[in-house]
Amino acid sequence: MKPVNFDYVRPRDVEGALRFIANDERAVKIMAGGQSLGPMLNMRLVQPDLIVDITGIEELRQVEEKNDTVVFGACITHADIEDGRAPDVTRGALRTVARGIAYRAVRNRGTIGGSITHADPSADWISILAALGATVTLRGPEGSRSIPIENYIMGALEADLRPGEMLVSVTVPRLSAAARWGYYKSCRKTGEFAHAIGAFLIDPERDVCRAVFGATESRPIVVADARRLLGDSSAPSAGFDSRLADELVEAGGMADPIDRQIHVAALRRAVEQAGAA
Amino acid sequence: MAAQVSSGQGVGASLQRKEDDRLLRGRGQFVADIRLAGMKDVAFVRSPIAHGRVRGVHVPEELRDRVVVAADLEGVKPIQAVSGLQGFKPSDQPILAYEKVRQVGELIAMCIADTRAHAEDLAALVELDLEELPAVHDMLAARQPGAPLLHEQWGDNIFLETFVDVNMEAALDAPIKVTREISTARQSMAPMEGRGTVAYWDNRMGQLVLYTGCQMPHIVRTGLAECLGLDHHQVRIISPDVGGGFGYKGILLPEDVCLGWFAMRCGHPVRWIEDRREHLTAGANCREHHYRITGYADRDGRLLGIDCEATVDSGAYSSYPFSACLEAAQVASILPGPYDFPSYRCRTWSVATNKCPILPYRGVARTGVCYAMELVIDAIAREVGMEPHEVRLKNLVRPEQMPFDNITRKHFDSGDYPEALRRAIAAIDVPAIRARQARPEPDGRLIGVGHAIYCEQGAHGTSVYAGWGIPMVPGHEQATARMTPDGGLELRVGVHSHGQSMETTLPQIAHEILGIDVAKIKLVHGDTEYTPYSTGSWGSRCAVMAGGAVATASREIAKLAEGIGAHLLQAKIDQVELVGGAVVGPSGSVTLEEIARTWYRRPQNLPDGVDPRGLEVTIGHKPVRDSGTFSYAAHAAVVAVDPELGDIEILDYVIVEDGGKLINPMVVDGQIFGGLAQGIGTALYEEMNFDASGQPLASTFADYLLPGPTEIPAPRLEHMETLAPYTEFGVKGIGEGGAIAPPAVIGNAVNDALKRYGVELLHTPMTPRRVLEAIRNAPVREDRGPEAMENMRGEFA
Repeated sequence: MKPVNFDYVRPRDVEGALRFIANDERAVKIMAGGQSLGPMLNMRLVQPDLIVDITGIEELRQVEEKNDTVVFGACITHADIEDGRAPDVTRGALRTVARGIAYRAVRNRGTIGGSITHADPSADWISILAALGATVTLRGPEGSRSIPIENYIMGALEADLRPGEMLVSVTVPRLSAAARWGYYKSCRKTGEFAHAIGAFLIDPERDVCRAVFGATESRPIVVADARRLLGDSSAPSAGFDSRLADELVEAGGMADPIDRQIHVAALRRAVEQAGAA
Repeated sequence: MAAQVSSGQGVGASLQRKEDDRLLRGRGQFVADIRLAGMKDVAFVRSPIAHGRVRGVHVPEELRDRVVVAADLEGVKPIQAVSGLQGFKPSDQPILAYEKVRQVGELIAMCIADTRAHAEDLAALVELDLEELPAVHDMLAARQPGAPLLHEQWGDNIFLETFVDVNMEAALDAPIKVTREISTARQSMAPMEGRGTVAYWDNRMGQLVLYTGCQMPHIVRTGLAECLGLDHHQVRIISPDVGGGFGYKGILLPEDVCLGWFAMRCGHPVRWIEDRREHLTAGANCREHHYRITGYADRDGRLLGIDCEATVDSGAYSSYPFSACLEAAQVASILPGPYDFPSYRCRTWSVATNKCPILPYRGVARTGVCYAMELVIDAIAREVGMEPHEVRLKNLVRPEQMPFDNITRKHFDSGDYPEALRRAIAAIDVPAIRARQARPEPDGRLIGVGHAIYCEQGAHGTSVYAGWGIPMVPGHEQATARMTPDGGLELRVGVHSHGQSMETTLPQIAHEILGIDVAKIKLVHGDTEYTPYSTGSWGSRCAVMAGGAVATASREIAKLAEGIGAHLLQAKIDQVELVGGAVVGPSGSVTLEEIARTWYRRPQNLPDGVDPRGLEVTIGHKPVRDSGTFSYAAHAAVVAVDPELGDIEILDYVIVEDGGKLINPMVVDGQIFGGLAQGIGTALYEEMNFDASGQPLASTFADYLLPGPTEIPAPRLEHMETLAPYTEFGVKGIGEGGAIAPPAVIGNAVNDALKRYGVELLHTPMTPRRVLEAIRNAPVREDRGPEAMENMRGEFA
C-alpha cells in the first residue's frame, strides 16, 4: 500500500494551479487536504502523474463575510470551522456538524472544498450545505460559475467538474435570527461513514424550508419545499409525514425498505431537533 | 528456606509496568523500526481470486533476479500442520502457490526492491495466468456433496469430523426442547501492529536471523527450520516489541519462509511489513462458527441435555502449529461450559473453504461456544418462564462439587460459579431493570438486560495436548535465573510478553522469593538464542507456566545463595535463611549483593566444597496437575436498542471475575478491559464478509469496523479469589476471558429488549441491519411500514 511515483507541485495562486490542471497529457489530481486522496493513492486506486497541492494558495484559505452570505475558500479546514476560526452565519449548524466529521486528525487537514469535490455521498458537508442552500464556485479556463451544491454532486464520487476546472469557494447564506436547523447522522461508531443523514432547515423570515436525505447511494435527496413534510401544523415535528418522506426517498431511488426506514427516521429526528432548538 | 517479607513489590502488588517507560514514550522497538544496512523491501504478488488453477506466472526477463516464484524454491517444504486426531486430512500450504490457488491473497511471487513502493511496482509487472475455478466460501455449502473441492485428493472438504455422545438418548423425551441456529462472523484479530519480518544471514554465526513479531519464537524456529531444511542451530528467531498478538502472531507464515529462503542467498537483509489490506484480506482471519444446537430441560429449568452440530470454517489450509481443527475439536469438549447436566452429544466439522486459514484469536473457540450455549440457556428460560439467572443457578457446577470432572471430563479445579453469577446479577440490579422496562423510555428505545457465565481453561499442558498430536505439545516450562555480580537478577524465559506485562510480573514473582528489588530484575525474552525452549505465549499460560518456572528457579537461587551465605557466616546450612534479600544466620547476615560479589569476583573467599552451580539455574516447571486452570467470570450488561435505527448502546457492564491469586491486579484489570473491548467488537461491529466468488469485502478499517474508545463502556469490575489448587501461589490464567462473554451477554440483553416482538438475534455481529430485519420479520406484527414503526414508538406492553 504505497503510491506509485508521482510529481508534486504546490502553486501559490489559483492561476498557477489552473495551468497545471490544464495539461491534459498527464493524469493530474488536486490535493486539498489529502484525507481521502491519501488512502486512495496508497491503495493505488488513483495513480496520477502529478499532484497539485492547493493548500499553499492564500486565496483559498480566505473567508469573506458579507451581509447575507459567508464565502469559504476551498481550503478552509473542518477544524477551522469547528474551532470558530471561520465566522459562523448558520446559528451553529456548520460548527456542530464540523465537530462530528471523522476524527480530529482528519479535521485538522481535511478541507471543505476537498470533501465536497470528493463527492462521497456520506460526507457531512454535502448534506448540511445542501440543507442550508449553499452554492459552490468553480473556476476554469472558461471563467467562473456558481451552482447549488446539490447540482455539483452528480453521483457517488462524481462532481460536476469540467476539464480544467477547480472548486475555489463555497457560499453559505446567512440564516435569520429565527431560523432553526437540525442534523442527525446515523452511524455505528464515532468517525464512521454515515449510513443515513437527515438535515433540515426552517427559516421563515427568508421563506426557506429545506430538507435533505443524505448518505444515499448517490447524490443527496433534497426537498426544497420541506413544509409539506411537516403536515398541517407550522411547528416542526408536530406532524412529520413519515409516509410522504418514505415516498420521497423511494422516488429518489432508494429501493431497500430498511435503508428508507433509517433515512426517514434520521430526517424526522433532524426535524425534531429543529423544533427543540 | 526463603521467607517472605512484604515490600509492596511482590505477588499481589499493583506495580506500575516497567515496559511502559519505553512503550509510552514511543521508544519501543518493533519489527518495522529495525533498520539494517543494505536492507531491501519485499512486496508479494497475491492471488486475486479465491480458487483457480495456476497456468502460468510470467515474470519479465529483466526482473528475474528480483522476483521469486514457486519454481525457484527448490527443496523448500510446504507448511504442514497435521493433527494426530483420527481422520484428520492434512493440507500442504505452499510457500508460493503452484498448481492451484485456494484463497484470495495467497502468495504467488515475491518481489524485492529498494523500497516497498518500488517492490509494489515490480509486483504490478508480474502477469498471472489463472484459470478460475468455482469457489466455495460458505462452510455449510462446502460440507455438501458436490461442492467444489479445495484439496481434490480428499474427496470432500472436511479437515476433520468429530463425534461425542454421552447418554443423549436419555434426554430426548424432555418436556422442554429449544433448538436454535447460531453463528459468529468471521473476524480479523486486528492487533495495532500487523505482521512483519526482517531476515538476514549471519555469516559469522552461520545463522539465518529472522526478526518477526511473534508470540512463540521457538515454535517458529522449529517450523522454519523444517521448511528450509536447516538445523535448529542455524536459525535464530528474535521477536522484539510486539504490538499485540491475540493469536495471529502465533503462526508460522509462508511469508516468513519466503524471506528466510531469500535471505540465505541474496547477501543483504530483506524485510516485509504487512499492510492492513494484506492483514484483513489475506492473513488475519478467525472466529467463524456455526451451531445447530438443542437444549433439553425440564419445566423447572433444569438442564437435561445438549445436542449440537457445530461447524467451523477453517479456511483453505491447516496453519502451523495449531492446525485446522484447533477450534472445532475444542468446541466439542468445552461447549458444556460450567454447567452440570447428564446428556450430551456433539458432532463437529472443520471445513475447508476458499478463504484464509482460520487462526487462533483470544478466547479460541470459547467465544463462539459461550455465545451458543448462553443464548440457548436464555431461550430455555423464556420457554419455562423463569429469569435466566435462575435457570443458570439451577445448573451451574456448585462449589461443594470441586474439584469437578464434567461431562466431557474437563477437570474444574476450584471456584464458586453461582456466587460469581449472584454478584453480577446483584450489581447490575435485575429488579430495577425489570421495573424500568415496564415504563416507556422517553427516547423510545427498548431496554434489555443480559448476562453470561463461562470458564476459561488456561495453561493446559501435556496431558491435554498430547492427544491432539499437533506439531507442538507443551511440557515442562523452563526458566533461567542468574544473579549478576552486582546482586541483580536476570530471568530468561521462552514465552514472549506483548501486552501480558511479564517484564513486570515475572520479576514480581522472583522478588517475592528472593527479595531483590524489582528494578534490579531484568526479564530476557523473545530471542531463541538467549532463552530456554518454550511453546510460547498462548492459551492463557504465561502466568501459570512461566510464572511457576520463575518461582521454581528463584527458589533454587535462594538455596544456592543460602549455601554461599552459610559459608560466609560460618554457619551450617540449616541455620541460615534468606529473608528480605539477605541470608541471615545465628551470628549475623550477609546480603545477596555480597553473596553475588563473592561468587563472581572474590571466589578466593569460598571453600573448595562450594556448590559449583554458583548462582545460575535453569529448571522446568509443571503444575501439580496439568489439565489446566479454570478461571471464570460472570458478565452482565444493560443495553438500549433503538427500534427505528437498530442501534445498540451499552448502558452498563459488570464483570465478576475469579482469576485465583492475581500477581498484579492492575495488570489483570487491563487484560480484562482489553478483552472486553475485543468481545464488544465481536458482538456489535466486526465482520469479514465475502461475496459469492470468495472475494473478501472488507479491505480497510472503513469496511471492517473496530470499536473505538467511544464505543467501549467503563465496566464495573469485581474480583473473587479462589486459589488454584495446583499452581504456584494459586494463580489461574485469565488472559483471554474478557473476550469470551461479551457476545453472549450483549446478545442476551438485546434479545431481552426485543422479546416484545417475539424475535431473537442469533448471529454476530448484531448490526443495526440485523436488528431491523429481525423486528421487521417479527411474527407478531403484520404491517412493517414506516407508520407502523412510528406508532410502535412509545407503545409498551
